[in-house]
Amino acid sequence: MRSEGMGRPLVLLALLCLAAVLASVSVGSSTVSVGSLVSVLTGNGSELERTLILELRLPRTLSALATGGLLAVAGALMQVLLRNPLADPYVLGLSGGAAAGALLAMLAGLASVLVSGAAFAGAMVATLLVFGLAHGRGSWTASRLLLTGVVMAAGWGALITLLLALTPTHKLPGMLYWLMGDIAYAGSPWPALAVLVLALLLVQPLGRSLNVLARGSLQAAALGVNVRPLEWAIYLLASLITATAVTTAGSIGFVGLIVPHMLRFVVGNDQRLLLPASALAGGTLLVLADALARTVIAPEQLPVGVITALIGVPVFLYLLNRRGA
Amino acid sequence: MTVLHTRQLVIDIPARASGWPLNLDIRPGQVWGVLGPNGAGKTTLLHSLAGLREPRSGRVLLDDVALSGMPRRRIAQQLGLVFQDRQDSFPATVLETALIGRHPWLSLWQNELPQDLQMARQALVALDIAHLEDRSVSTLSGGERQRVSVATLMTQDPSVWLLDEPTNHLDLHHQERVLALLRRQADAGKSVFMCLHDLNLAARWCSHVLLLYPEGEACWGPADTMLVVPALERLYRQPLISTQVAGRKLFVPVAGGIE
Repeated sequence: MRSEGMGRPLVLLALLCLAAVLASVSVGSSTVSVGSLVSVLTGNGSELERTLILELRLPRTLSALATGGLLAVAGALMQVLLRNPLADPYVLGLSGGAAAGALLAMLAGLASVLVSGAAFAGAMVATLLVFGLAHGRGSWTASRLLLTGVVMAAGWGALITLLLALTPTHKLPGMLYWLMGDIAYAGSPWPALAVLVLALLLVQPLGRSLNVLARGSLQAAALGVNVRPLEWAIYLLASLITATAVTTAGSIGFVGLIVPHMLRFVVGNDQRLLLPASALAGGTLLVLADALARTVIAPEQLPVGVITALIGVPVFLYLLNRRGA
Repeated sequence: MTVLHTRQLVIDIPARASGWPLNLDIRPGQVWGVLGPNGAGKTTLLHSLAGLREPRSGRVLLDDVALSGMPRRRIAQQLGLVFQDRQDSFPATVLETALIGRHPWLSLWQNELPQDLQMARQALVALDIAHLEDRSVSTLSGGERQRVSVATLMTQDPSVWLLDEPTNHLDLHHQERVLALLRRQADAGKSVFMCLHDLNLAARWCSHVLLLYPEGEACWGPADTMLVVPALERLYRQPLISTQVAGRKLFVPVAGGIE
């Protein structure tokens, strides 16, 4: 809660993040030495290395950075919104809507730009459906929002299964990679990075209100928070952030759940620190996971969602046991 | 000095067809105790007074300004509430929890200042939990947690203090301590309005009493005129006798039923 000592964890995480980015651009099917990395980044180096680093690995690494950061921030926001430290960005069915949109576009054989557009549209449809249904008449509570979202997610799951069943076999691998989450198909990293920076700037002044909201909506209202507008703003913002992440790299799991949850043990639950820290740590985690995905069975590549799940499942179970202890 | 008024206020209890209009004037220096059986609407009344729940009819006014038209933040600067239930889904220390009381006083971009921290620490001392400052609230006992809630309200420092059973979970010593603290706050110009279940605590500490009957009927006034055996027997449907011990009025339940 106090501003003193807030900077140090962020500086540490930023350094870790930078190290991960540098490591990620040097490893892969051919390793780049530190010396040639420095010469490429300072504008020299051979043509081949320049292409490899500046046109292939750096954009992909930055996409991973942005996607991981977006997912972790969205996860932290959803956890406060639902007053549940085990919520994740997809819990309200947003990834299901995005996947249904993307798969429909792939089934129709559309270009990858249109697949991304369809994923974004699907995510927003899912968001607005939950928004409308949970709004409804009568009282609105975090548990009502959660239940509406969970039921919608189940519905999207069924639709996705139906789409997969209807799909000709040769189109299936691309779809499965998308469902697992894969950064290989990410386009330019700049839109996602811009959304991440904008989102952080938007939520920073709301940080203290979010801290109060985490204590429950009645307590927050008693302390002067306009609960309903704040909750809807957070929901829409988290949805936009998640939709951007999913559009960039498919539905990568566990980053949005694990990163804010783990950081809370280390830096506490002050959102003014937790949200920027989540962005850095989430980005770092996904950059490292993607570097692993590119190298473990090189020259073949794994979908990065497999790596985050392999890391995420045991870490999550460990945390759950620690909580119970 | 803020005065909390209710004008023809009928609280909204869904199961109750008709309501009893309340015209209360809760003034600085007064300590109000709300007594009534389970389900009489004590908590609903408290939430209605804080503007957290729409009344069925009537108005709540803070210094002649209707609560319904005031921004939440301005209400929170003048009126605070200790809830009966708490939600601790996320880890937080005792000091952090008290410090959120400063929220209504800080603008969007402002961080807590040293004087805010000092107010929170003073509240922890007053509630005898300063030694728990860095402990996580989830590891506290019920009584310690209850005192953290009162410390948060003290850090918020509103003029009107609403408390829903502030002595819940407290041991005998801390019941005395918390109620003495509330009395001192009232003497310093705050107004205190709390739900209680203990008649003897109400008799000892309250200057005014509101009796809420299960059918919705209500009566209120100075404590010594309200705390009389026939009215209290009808309130709780429980035979009572009253006695004097060390110059204090005590109510003791006795066996038997009341038609």
